[in-house]
Amino acid sequence: MAKKIEDEKKKKDDSGNSKEDAIEVMATVIEPLPNAMFRVALENKHQVLAHVSGKMRKNFIRILAGDKVAVELSPYDLTRGRIVYRYK
Amino acid sequence: MPIHLRSAEELEKMHRAGLLVHEVLTALRASVKPGMTTMDLEKIAEEKIAGQPGKAAFKGYRGYPCALCTSVNSEIVHGIPSPKRKLKEGDIVSVDFGMEVDGYYADSAVTVPVGHVNAELQKLLDVTRESLDRAIDKMRAGNRLGDVGHAVQSWVEENGYSVVREFVGHGIGTKMHDEPNLPNYGEEGRGARLQEGMVIAVEPMVNAGRPEVRMRDEWVAETADGSPSAHFEHTVAVTANGPWILTRPKGMTGPSW
Repeated sequence: MAKKIEDEKKKKDDSGNSKEDAIEVMATVIEPLPNAMFRVALENKHQVLAHVSGKMRKNFIRILAGDKVAVELSPYDLTRGRIVYRYK
Repeated sequence: MPIHLRSAEELEKMHRAGLLVHEVLTALRASVKPGMTTMDLEKIAEEKIAGQPGKAAFKGYRGYPCALCTSVNSEIVHGIPSPKRKLKEGDIVSVDFGMEVDGYYADSAVTVPVGHVNAELQKLLDVTRESLDRAIDKMRAGNRLGDVGHAVQSWVEENGYSVVREFVGHGIGTKMHDEPNLPNYGEEGRGARLQEGMVIAVEPMVNAGRPEVRMRDEWVAETADGSPSAHFEHTVAVTANGPWILTRPKGMTGPSW
């Protein structure tokens, strides 16, 4: 059975995509910070620094203190996150 | 990733798998007739390996459904046997088969004419088979992978055909697809140096027309221009006494297929 050479490239793409590994949690915005950053409180009372995801910035989703948001945390650095959704 | 070097005992184990592969392919080669379906070939293979040690290597490999690959005419490799695919007089069918016995793999393929084929197709088969012979002859310690690929490419292109780039020969041993990749093209003196104990499945895939490949689905690769394609393969070990074709009996000499 011949080996397909593209297979190896594909594998690399999959493992290199760090966004796939993020942990998504609910949070509440405490205060807005400069540079589109926010301090948010997670459900477990931890406070993390979160930035707004590119997709949300592109679509002009505004975020205010007190909003409920979904935050993705990187498993490598749990003190920073990415806001991926604002609940109404 | 390192290229594994196999001991004499390991080579014997692969040879055991290789003999079964050879037996099945020889039987299939003799039984190809117009009017058969490619699924009939699959059934013959299944019957042949029933009761033998080991198992068919392709079945279940990345979800592949069958023991055989049967690639007809413009299909290059990985044609899936089907009860709907009938072989006609004048077709060519590549039959590709591998076994795993005791954890060791062997892989081989032969392209068979169905009934009588025209001189053009026969020449394609002859040139492809000869390119495999030439490649195997380069499987000697001290040569490089590029020498093997070059042997295939130069012979094939001299005859006005083209070699497939998207699929390659491969190291084989305790996995079916191992390091290194062996493309059927290359420059002399380039690539990893061959050493005693390396085992590679050498498999020229030759298109009568242009080299481009189109994927019909996840598995089946066919020529983009619809021209016929041939495929011959052996599992070959580099030994102190030169190349050893593991997928045929020891005493056998002459052309590889």
